[in-house]
This record gives sequence, structure tokens and C-alpha cells, in this order.
Amino acid sequence: MVTPGITSGLGSEPAPGSRAPGVIPVREREAELRRVWRHVSADRLGRAGLGLFVIVVAMTVAGPLLFPFNAAAVSNTSAGLLRPPSLQHWLGTDELGRDLFREFLSAAHVSLIVGLAATAISMVLGAAIGTMAGFYGRWSDTVLMRITDFFLVLPQLPLVIALAAFFGQNLAIIILVIGMTGWPTTARIVRSQTLSLRERQFVTRVRSLGTSNLRILRVHILPNVMPLIFANTVLVIGGAILAEATLSFLGLGDPVQISWGTMLHFAFESGAIGRGAWWYFIPPGVGIVVVVLAFTLIGHSIDQALNPRLRGSR
Amino acid sequence: MTDVTATGPGPPLLAVDELVVQYRSRRGPRARRQIRAVDGVSFSLGTGEILALVGESGCGKTSIVRAIARLQEPSGGRVLFRGRSVAHLKRRALRRLRRDIQVVFQDPFESLDPRLTAYDTVQESLLVHKLGGTRAARREQVLAMLEQVGLHPAEAIARRYPHQLSGGQRQRLVIAGAMVLGPDLVIADEPVSMLDVSLRAGILRLMLDLRDARGVSILFVTHDLSLAWVVADRVAVVYLGRIVEIGTADEVIRAPLHPYTRALVSVIPVPETGVRRERILLRGEAPSASRIPGGCRFHPRCPLYRRLDEPERCRTDDPALASAGPSASGPAGAGPAGAGPAGAGPAGAGPAGAGPAGAGHGHAVACHFARENS
Amino acid sequence: MSLLEVRDLRVEYSTPRGRVVAVDGASLEVDTGRVLGLAGESGCGKTTLALAIPRLLAREAAISAGSVTFDGLDVLAMTDEELRGVRWRRIAVVFQGSMNSLNPVHSIGDQIAEPIRCHEPGTTAAQARERVTELLDSVGIDPSRSRSFPHELSGGMRQRVLIAMALACRPQLIVADEPVTALDVMTQAQILELLRSLTDRLELSMILISHDLSVIAEVCDSVDVMYAGKIVEAGPTSTIFAPGQTALGPAHPYTARLRHAFPDIRRERTFVEAIPGHPPDLLAPPPGCRFADRCMIAVDRCRTDEPALELVGPGHRAACHRSALVLGGAG
Repeated sequence: MVTPGITSGLGSEPAPGSRAPGVIPVREREAELRRVWRHVSADRLGRAGLGLFVIVVAMTVAGPLLFPFNAAAVSNTSAGLLRPPSLQHWLGTDELGRDLFREFLSAAHVSLIVGLAATAISMVLGAAIGTMAGFYGRWSDTVLMRITDFFLVLPQLPLVIALAAFFGQNLAIIILVIGMTGWPTTARIVRSQTLSLRERQFVTRVRSLGTSNLRILRVHILPNVMPLIFANTVLVIGGAILAEATLSFLGLGDPVQISWGTMLHFAFESGAIGRGAWWYFIPPGVGIVVVVLAFTLIGHSIDQALNPRLRGSR
Repeated sequence: MTDVTATGPGPPLLAVDELVVQYRSRRGPRARRQIRAVDGVSFSLGTGEILALVGESGCGKTSIVRAIARLQEPSGGRVLFRGRSVAHLKRRALRRLRRDIQVVFQDPFESLDPRLTAYDTVQESLLVHKLGGTRAARREQVLAMLEQVGLHPAEAIARRYPHQLSGGQRQRLVIAGAMVLGPDLVIADEPVSMLDVSLRAGILRLMLDLRDARGVSILFVTHDLSLAWVVADRVAVVYLGRIVEIGTADEVIRAPLHPYTRALVSVIPVPETGVRRERILLRGEAPSASRIPGGCRFHPRCPLYRRLDEPERCRTDDPALASAGPSASGPAGAGPAGAGPAGAGPAGAGPAGAGPAGAGHGHAVACHFARENS
Repeated sequence: MSLLEVRDLRVEYSTPRGRVVAVDGASLEVDTGRVLGLAGESGCGKTTLALAIPRLLAREAAISAGSVTFDGLDVLAMTDEELRGVRWRRIAVVFQGSMNSLNPVHSIGDQIAEPIRCHEPGTTAAQARERVTELLDSVGIDPSRSRSFPHELSGGMRQRVLIAMALACRPQLIVADEPVTALDVMTQAQILELLRSLTDRLELSMILISHDLSVIAEVCDSVDVMYAGKIVEAGPTSTIFAPGQTALGPAHPYTARLRHAFPDIRRERTFVEAIPGHPPDLLAPPPGCRFADRCMIAVDRCRTDEPALELVGPGHRAACHRSALVLGGAG
């Protein structure tokens, strides 16, 4: 029996006003987003993440516009190679004499694009397969889950090498591989949630009403899985960026579209490390850490905001 | 088999004939893997009639509900709705069935999609069956239905989400979602047991009003005989997958014959002290459906069995449901009365004049010694 | 002197929408070996009141006034250390719905032994096992089942396990919150029988919380009926739940209405009545009697003057201006 006005703050009384675990009204999306926002901006870690995120966005959007990078602007003299930071070159120059600051910004752009694209593939595939496996169950579940297992154990490195050998090194391959090896984890999480939703009584009820499977998926299941997918996505972005950096550092990245990982690769190759040219490899490294940290902190905070509900307080 | 056909105007709306529902469990010794949750249940329900299925949890009543509503395939027997079997229905006919038979579940909160407003919930029923016409027409229907189930002001309530409604309101909403389709049969599975006692009467009254206004039949499943007393025309008591007693509410509750029914009646809770009533507390709990006792399935817990010094018959012969004989009210209904080994009384030899046909057709009980109980 | 005395207790919750007074000046007493019932609809404050006694409330709750005296000790002034000595050893709780929160990966024997190991650290394993056997026996479970897991037991049996856990450290007082809701009528009768026999045998005191008056009438010696955070009627169950229309019976219209919500198979199948409306918003409770809106016999005075708990019979108190009418059969 609900006493109007008493929210689920009443811990010990059976909380009549609280929601079922894991399920959030889509129509209330605005109120929900506002609440999540409030939580994230109030939480110290969340705020830190947001701050970093803003910097990152500014960097990647405004950067290449304000400070375009010209890969061909190589230095004529050897004196211009690997120069430390100065007034003309804020982060110094690389082994070809190019301005590292502009290179850094351009690479930020690339890193992020790859991360987001790979995540998009990973999430769409993962959500679709996870939902279908969880909802239809039995044979489809078994088949889809074995496929998932297969992709789960696929090693990224040999795959990239093999594909690069055939198609040459380019961004598309990196994006594809990261996406392909990333979706299984999402699929499993989504499948779990779908499985539990499927058993809920309101699904049985609408089924007994005569609702078709497709409608149940569209109207009842999918919207209830979305919050989980969303929270998961933010965390996956960080992982994708890191994966790209790793692959590029190992030399498998696109040599033309330079990312931070590629910069680190060139830094290594050109002996900048041995020569103590810290302005070459520290910025990309820090950049990667900052971006991944930003997404992780935000993702974690969102998860926390959604989680007390997930834990249930009925 | 005694045909405990309901008599009311016209043929029975629902006829369940020797229904069997079996599960195969994956645990336990192989010999006990077959779980017969429902083991030969027969009853029927007429138009506008309310029948209560009463039994403890695990007695199979939920499986009966699921079999009738086609949420589960029966393993044996038949379920006839308007004379036609509900098994093997093709898509269009199945769709139609899903309109005509509605289910109200126990937990009002769990029965509602928390993302949908009250309005959406009721509208969903119409949308699924493509009823209602234009948006405006649908809106009218939905709001009218909300009013009819006692949710007013309908406009305000329509905008609320389940978590903003009280338990009683949620259950009314579920009922609205069911009734808006104009079903012929509503199966209510413990519809009030999760509500406070003070709220139950409202829901029960609502169901009675809907029956009076729209002639809908109700199959009311509960473990609480006192609820059956208030609401039902007839009562069937279920134990471990079988009906052990069936008759009008008056017969079964005021003059129970089966020892199990008597025990249930004796423990009906009342908010009164100082009433020294003879409460029959059965020992232990009902065994699981994978281990159904031989002979009469109730004998291990039966107080009558003990009182009569453990007659062997109860251990070897499974009593069939048979008419309770002349001590019960009225003619014994259409069908063989009390024949065979269950011999619960001379067949139809008693005074037959008990009013118009249909009043007290067959108080039947499945017990070898039902007469000793009177 | 009573074992437990609560005087004018006030419990407030801070919610996002403001402060809610869940319990507003409640007083009660429990004597040794007696069972007190706390009755009322969901949300009336009964659980809050009962859990305030061993100070087991949620973080958002605060006891803002009143006193709790247990066996002569001032509970509200106790330190955490002292509270730990009281909890479970002297006051134990069977929480609502806890039969579904037994740990699925531990046997019930282990789970019953846990409070013993926790609060009586000197116990050897053998002693603990013996005590577990004793406890299982006293709650009607075959001791050979001590190695069963919760999922192997029915609802009724799991509830017995919880009662055994509560008895583990031989407390003086048990708080049982809705101990038989969600159980079948037959199992309910069995568990209530068990509770009654335990309190008689072990000289145990109990506070039993339930929205179901029949449960209270079955087991309790006295009852406090709560509505919207206040105790509106208090007295012996033999008085308040006296059968029929005698000079005894409820003296508050709410209690009377609650009783009428029960179907009675001895009477005609006339209809039981629900109480229309719902309890007031505790964020802003109305002036005067809080039940006035839903009361059939309310008059103007009821909406302005809040009635105090007054004596209406021996040991029987009610907070209603028109209690005489109720005792006469109206309301």
C-alpha cells in the first residue's frame, strides 16, 4: 500500500514506492537522465571524469580545426628534427621535423574515431545477439552462444596481422577487429539481463494476452535492457581506445592516419626514447590515459547511479 | 468418473476433462523424475459462474491455470473452451482464445511493465488485438475501463506509473487490462494474497460486480477458503494434483466431507479470541508431486485414516471422485452417481426434490470413508 | 516492571521530498513471557517502531524523541559495543520476507550455528552442533535435515529455520515481522502454533507485526493498532477481539473496520467491506484525527482536535473522540 509522498527512503518498511530491479521507465527518460546526471556531477570521481571528458572533446573537435596537422611539413634541415618544446613548436618536433602539437591533436581525433567506431560495431552486434539468444532461448541460445564463445577467444593480434597481410594496414581493419573481438562480452551481459526479463511476470502476462514475440521484444524487453547497454557502452569505449593504441604501437596501425598509438610506435622506432625526447612519447601516452580514464570514471559513475536500482529495494 | 458438469444457462463454457500435466525434472533419482503436477482433473464452468480452486501451494492449481490458458501444453486429457479443444489451435484461433481467456496473476507489481503508464498498460491490450479503432476511440475505451474498475479520477490515474500506485490500484489496473478485451473467462490466480487484508474486499467486490455486469465467468484460484466463501458459487478442493472435493460453496465449506477440506475449513483464520474451535492441524506438509503416495494420496496426513486405525483400503485404493449421496443437496447431476469402488453412498436413492434443476448438482468427494465424516 | 518499555518514541526519515515522521509519539510495553502485536496496514509505521527498539533502522532514519528501556537499560544511550551485546543475545529479529534471503550455498545447520559462533565465541564445534540439533527440534524440523540447503525446503520450513536462528542465543525478546505472510493457510496455522508454544515454553517475549488481525488474535496477548504513525488503540486481545457484539470489542473505528474486512464463514455470505481511501501523506499529515477522512462516524471535532489515547476499559485505550459509539457497535 503506497502512502503518497513516502518514497523508497523508508529502508525498513517494505518500500512500496520503489521499482523492480534493473527496469527503468523509458517515458521517464528525461527525469532519469537528469537523475543520472545529478549523481555523476555530484560524485567526485564522476566530476573528474566529466572534466577530463570536456577537455578531450575540446581537443578532438577544436584541435584539428585550430591547429591543422600537415603530415608533409617535414623539416628541411636536420637541426629541426626532434627539437624539444619551444615557442614555435609547443610540443617540439618529431623525427621528421613536424610539429608535434598539431600531430598530437590530429592523432587524438583518429584515436577517438577508431574507439567510437569499434564500440559502435561491438555494441550493436553484442546487443542484437545477446537479446536474441536470451529471448528465444533453447536452440538459438545454444547456437548463438557458441558463436559468441568463438569470437570471445579470438586473439586480436594474430587476426590483425593476418588481415593486414591481405588487405594492407588501414584503420578499417583495426576498427573491424576491435569491434569483432569486443562484442561477445556485451552479448553475454545483455543475454543475462534478457533472460531475467523474459521470466518476469509482466512478460508472461502480455504473452497470455496474445502479444507476439516481436512486439514483446520491441515494446517490453529492449527498452528495459537499454540502460544496461548504455552504461556498458561508455566503459567499452575506453577499452576500444586502449586496444587501438596497443595495436598501433605494435606497428599494425594505419601509417597514414596517425593515432596516438602510432605516434608511440614512431617514437619508439626513431629512437626518441633512447635520446630522451620525452616530448614525443609522453604526450600521446598521457593522452591515452586521460581519455580512457575519462570514460571509465564516467561509466563507473553512471553504473553506480543505475546500480542501486539494479540491486533492488522492493 | 462423475461428471460434475456445471449447470447454468447453456452448455459449459469451460470443460476440463481428465487433465494431466507432467514435468520432467532433471534432478533426483531417475525413478522420481516424472512430476505429475496435475493428475486427472475434471470440472466444468458455466457462463457467469465463479468456481474457486482451493489448495495449498504445490497442489497443481497453477499448472491447471497454465494449461487452460495455453501457457503450457497439457500432457493428457482435454481442455474444452466453448466445446472446442484449446490444444492444437492455429494462429488465428489461438489469438481469439487469448482474447477470450484472460489471466490475473498473484503479484500486481510484477504483472505490470514498469515502463508503461496505466493508460499504456490498458491500451496495450487493445493494440495487441488491433481493437478500438482510432486513437480517440481507444482513449475513450481505456478511460471508461479505468473508471469501471474503480480507478478514479481516470484521467489522473492514467498518467501514473505502477510504482506510483498502491497495491490495490495495481491489481485493479491488471483487471482493467484484462477486462477491456471483453473476455468470457477470467482466471484469477491468487489475485489478492499479496494485498493487505483491508484491501482484499475491494478487489473481490470488483470481480463480483464485473461478473454481474458482464456475465464473465471466473476461475478463482486460492489457498484461502474464506476468500472462496465470499466470492465463489462452487468450490473445488485440490490436493496433489487431484480434486478431492467439489460442490457449491455452501456444501463444501459449511458441510465438508473430505478430511482435507475439513482441516482447511478448521484453520480459516478469524480475528477473534476466546473462540475455542477445533482446529485440525495437519502434520507436516504436502509431499512433492514427484513422490505421490500410493493409494489415496492424502492418507499419510489424513486424520480420519488415523482415527479409523489405518484401514488398508486407503493405502491401496485410489478413491475416485464420486457423488456424496443423499446427504448432499439435490439431484446428483448428469452422470453416474457414486458407483464403483468409491462407493460413497447409495446412488441417487435419496430425496431428490431440492429445487430447480441446477441447484446443488453433485457435491462430490474422493474419499473411501466420506460418510464417516458427516 | 516490564521487560521492555517504550515511551513517546518519535522516528523521522529524511527523504528527498522532506522529513517524514514515520512514528509519532508511540508508547508500548512488553512483559516477560507475553506477546504484543503491532497491527496496521502497510506503511503505518509498525516495522519502523519495532526495529527502532534494537536500533536497526536504516541510515535515513533517526530517533528524534522518546525513550526505550529494555530490562532496565537505556537502549538509546548505548554505544555500538553495548548494542552488539544486546542484539541477538537479548533481542532477536525475524525480518519480513527473510525466508527468501537465506544463503543458498550454506546448509541450514551452518546458518543456524552462525549466530552462535558469532555471539558466543567460546563455543566448540561440537557444542554448536548440539545446540543446532536442539533448536531444530524445538521448531519442529527433523534434526537430520541440518545439512539440507534452503532451496530443498518449503516456505514453511524455511520460516522455521529463521525462527531457530532467532532463538539461537536464547534471547529474551523476539521481534517477528510478518512471520506468516506469504504462507499457505495450513502452514500459517502451524507456524502460529509453533510461535505460541515457544513463547509459553521458553518464557519468551515477542513483538509480532502483522497487517492480518487474525494472526494477531491467534498469538498475541495484547495488541497496539497503528495508523499513520500513531498508535490508535491498545489493549488485551481478549478484549479487543472479543467475539460477537458484546460490550467488549474495538473502541476505535479503524480497528472495527479492519475486523469487518474479514470474511466469516459462520455468517451469511454478505459482503465484507473494504475501507475506501488511503492513509494520509506523512509529509504533511492533516490536523486532528488522521483517520477522519476515511471514518464513517467522523464529526467536525475529529478534523480539528487530535484525540489522545485514553482509557476506555480496563487496560484498554483508544484515541477516538467517539469511542463509546464504537464500543456500542457503530463505526
